[in-house]
Amino acid sequence: MLEKNPVIFIILAFVVIMIGTTITMIAPFKWINSESDKIAEVKPYTPLQQEGRDLYMREGCNNCHSQTVRTLAADVERYGNGGGYSKSGEFVYDRPHLWGSRRTGPDLARIGLKYPDPKGAWHRKHMADPQSVVPASNMPAYAFLNTPLDTTYSERKMKLLKFPYTQADLDDLKGKTEMDAMIAYMRKLGTDIPVKKAAAALQTPVTLKNPFSDLKTVEKEAEAIYKQQCASCHGEKREGTLGPALKGSARSDAELFTIISKGIEANGMPPFAASLDAQKIWKLVTYIKLDSK
Amino acid sequence: MKASTRYVDDSVKGFITWSIIWGTIAVVVGILISLQLAWPQLNVAPYLTYGRLRPIHTNAGIFGWGIGSFIAMFFYITQRLTKTPLWSPKLARVTLWIFNVAIASAAVTLAMGINRTKEYAELEWPLAVIVAIIWVLFSINVFMTILKRKEEQMYISLWYIMAALVGVTVLYVVNNLGMPLHLFKSYSAFAGTNDANVQWWYGHNAVAMVLTVPPLAIFYYFLPKITNNPIYSHRMGIIAFWSLIFMYLWTGAHHLLWTPVPDWIQTVAMAFSIMLIAPSWGAVINGYLTMNGQWEKMKSNYLVKFMIVGITFYGLQTLQGPMQSIRSFSAFIHYTDWVPGHVHMGTMGWVSMVLFGATYYVATTLSDTEVYSVKLANAHFWLVLIGQLIYSITMWIAGVQQGSMLLATNPDGTLHYSFMETMIAIFPYYKIRAVSGFIYLAGLALFIYNIYKTFQKGAAAPAVKA
Repeated sequence: MLEKNPVIFIILAFVVIMIGTTITMIAPFKWINSESDKIAEVKPYTPLQQEGRDLYMREGCNNCHSQTVRTLAADVERYGNGGGYSKSGEFVYDRPHLWGSRRTGPDLARIGLKYPDPKGAWHRKHMADPQSVVPASNMPAYAFLNTPLDTTYSERKMKLLKFPYTQADLDDLKGKTEMDAMIAYMRKLGTDIPVKKAAAALQTPVTLKNPFSDLKTVEKEAEAIYKQQCASCHGEKREGTLGPALKGSARSDAELFTIISKGIEANGMPPFAASLDAQKIWKLVTYIKLDSK
Repeated sequence: MKASTRYVDDSVKGFITWSIIWGTIAVVVGILISLQLAWPQLNVAPYLTYGRLRPIHTNAGIFGWGIGSFIAMFFYITQRLTKTPLWSPKLARVTLWIFNVAIASAAVTLAMGINRTKEYAELEWPLAVIVAIIWVLFSINVFMTILKRKEEQMYISLWYIMAALVGVTVLYVVNNLGMPLHLFKSYSAFAGTNDANVQWWYGHNAVAMVLTVPPLAIFYYFLPKITNNPIYSHRMGIIAFWSLIFMYLWTGAHHLLWTPVPDWIQTVAMAFSIMLIAPSWGAVINGYLTMNGQWEKMKSNYLVKFMIVGITFYGLQTLQGPMQSIRSFSAFIHYTDWVPGHVHMGTMGWVSMVLFGATYYVATTLSDTEVYSVKLANAHFWLVLIGQLIYSITMWIAGVQQGSMLLATNPDGTLHYSFMETMIAIFPYYKIRAVSGFIYLAGLALFIYNIYKTFQKGAAAPAVKA
């Protein structure tokens, strides 16, 4: 009969398709985004952040940047920025999700923890001209985002998405550029969750004495850490670009250690206590001070 | 006697022509974005940046070339297998018009940055509605033809065709549900992890219902036609059919391994992905055994080459896919260029090879003539084969290299390579990949010329026209 009745066939095919669909796609709605994976600290986007998110979507950033830190050690180390792997409760306000499928650029789920600078100097320079910050980068330039932000639909977006907002939030949009919105979104990513802030306190060493005063033994390793963590802002040769020149810094070892560990938020210097241990920070201090005499 | 005179094939020809045009655009845009990845200064802000062009490449490929030619082939095959003319030739013509307007609008809106940001479901809601309408109009036409059929027995190809009609409708409609803000902007109806789970249920089953089931329908129809031998086992085809459409729907979460999607969904997806090897290879073996005793046709018949190499890539694809679905292997290669390497073996190797073969066959049948040049067809075959192999192999190497660099750690548990170092290591492969695109495009050019000349030859001959 199957071979002869297309109507019955179609119904049967539909039923067969719906079995796996029901179990693995429909049923999970019951417990995903429910109370059990709720994270109280995770807040919806502000009008400016949502505008930034919409620009991220408009430009198709998701085609090169993912937004999920997997539970793998290397992922947590590389993209966690001290916030660990991604949890379901962090994404409840994301319509759509922007997890992506290809990392031609790094994962951005916790980029807000990496560059907490309120002025977003790093992002501003990097987005306008990526190669000026990361010379070998293959990211396109987004200088065209330096244009006034269209806020026609900002309030309606909040209502549609059922996000709370105040008049102050809307006033905050005035005079903003698309770049400002994009940076506001970047700075929000990953920052809601309780981060290992305690780590920063622990990184204040018992004695502020550099155990690596002899550079010879650590130079290679220290240089590698410098290139990975510092060069994009302080220059490949410590000559200073976004951040100040570091070559032969006159600051004391202890002072440098504290700055690297805790950062200087007002200047846009991120804290590295969560991503580098004390040994590494001391090695960096030694490297930075090289040629100071 | 000319049986084909009873059939209405103007829309078959129309869809073939337009799907080739959109397919060529997909390849050209593909080459452009492959060059942009190696030389970022080739991005022309804002309309021609990688982020906006990549969805144009995928949409032109899947919807323009893929779905366009499937519609052509389904119209063609359904009429022949049911021994019944198309239910409504007028509706088919209207469908072609809407199809072209939709694909052109898709390209324009995507370049303008209007998109839903869900992979392979990027088109904003008014266009998504139009795509759904196109599919429903086409489905009604095919289904009504089947209902009115004169041949009672339904050959396996019709099963695959009907499954695709139902499957694509369900997938596309559900994943496109959203909340419109205005005409050019909407937000997904689902949030966060739910949205991801729905997206990859859609994403992977688009692979099933668009890039597997329709080419299988085409393969099962054309291989026996080309070789004049019946398919080895209709029964095996049927068993493989039901297990294929049952198992596929469980596997979407293998795109989400190690993410916040519930662990058991990931594990189930992994298990079903491996089980899928059986029905997939059911089709491969059916194809191979149909060739029993006539393997010399691989040499003498250019169409057999396209079909058998196509089904062979399907076999390789359905071994590699399940391998990638295993957690440990996914940890290694997910998010790297290994995956584009895999995808392009499926699209350029399997789907396009079968479509090339079918298109030559249909073009010669509709023109009632021999192909313009077998030599050119052979050159076309080799160019697209070599282009695709270079593409996939370089991307697999790049993926393995970058994957291992990204995971490499020092004895103290810190990372050995910066992200940028891993990219610098794979840039040379990007350049080779761009070259492979040009080789593939050269093959495509020969194909287009050959098909054009074949139609022209048919029109020139004093043949009886339908």
